[in-house]
Amino acid sequence: MLVSVYRYNPEKDSAPYMQDYNIDIPGGKDVMVLDVLALVKEQDTGFAYRRSCREGVCGSDGMNINGKNGLACITPISEATKGKMDKLVLRPLPGMPVIRDLVIDMSMFYKQYERIKPYLQNDTPAPAIERLQSPEDREKLDGLYECILCACCSTACPSFWWNPDKFVGPSGLLQAYRFLADSRDTTTAERLTDLSDPFSVFRCRGIMNCVNVCPKGLNPTRAIGHIRNMLLNQQI
Amino acid sequence: MVTSVTNLGRSGLYDWIVQRLTAVVLALYTLFLVGFLVATPDLTYGQWQGLFSQTWMKVFSLAALISICAHAWVGMWTISTDYLKNAGVRTVFQLVCAGFLFVYLVWGIDILWSV
Repeated sequence: MLVSVYRYNPEKDSAPYMQDYNIDIPGGKDVMVLDVLALVKEQDTGFAYRRSCREGVCGSDGMNINGKNGLACITPISEATKGKMDKLVLRPLPGMPVIRDLVIDMSMFYKQYERIKPYLQNDTPAPAIERLQSPEDREKLDGLYECILCACCSTACPSFWWNPDKFVGPSGLLQAYRFLADSRDTTTAERLTDLSDPFSVFRCRGIMNCVNVCPKGLNPTRAIGHIRNMLLNQQI
Repeated sequence: MVTSVTNLGRSGLYDWIVQRLTAVVLALYTLFLVGFLVATPDLTYGQWQGLFSQTWMKVFSLAALISICAHAWVGMWTISTDYLKNAGVRTVFQLVCAGFLFVYLVWGIDILWSV
């Protein structure tokens, strides 16, 4: 299989370039893209990429696989090549500064995540054991808490490409709604006020690239719609 | 919170609502004009002038004119803050847009009230 990989080492290269490798897939099996990356690394030890859990939980190996963002560890090569098993083109997640090869600088992504205060805030006295939640209230967090912060969605979003310092991005907004929807959080009004400016939420144009690429099957566009509705209810 | 001094209403929600309400006004105005033209196949200058000389039509046209200016400003402001990263270039672009929209508004009012 022909594997074309984005290469860039700022200490040596003046510009990024694509490097091709011919990789023999053992037994012609339908392996994951991450397995192919390991075979590339065997050929070229200087090649850099991130990985950790290799089962779609840690979110380390988000990358652009044949034009679509995804996690290398849970993307089979048959899916990436639409069954043709002919060529893999691997690039870093788009729109972020490249540190080296497929490794990107995610500081802006984390800065936006930090901005939405991704933790429970409750100013009422703490109960003796724990803050209870009804099963119905707990259900509201389904489809929100599962985000693994792989950045596949935010780096597929043109609004995040143009304003990564101002637009929270789909991942951060999914988490923002996760805390807005939490019955135990008492800072809903403050959280909404922080999001009511023209950039943080309203840069979303609803093109749903985020939904298209999310490896966990989550729907940030729907969460953003819920935030808009909450803002409408609060400010009208 | 990210602040901006050049967007229409200082608030993202305000701009978002304005964009949608003005779109409804513009859609209604367009549908009305198309409907009028379809319902009046042998349109004469007198009928056209008669339509625009009525006060309700002036109000409707002015609403559409204000709507198009507000709608365009929200849109052009968004485009400028997405694609123009140089503050100087962005300011000039926004000033040119604001200038054009102001001229269109005043000129439009002048035309409407001269009928």
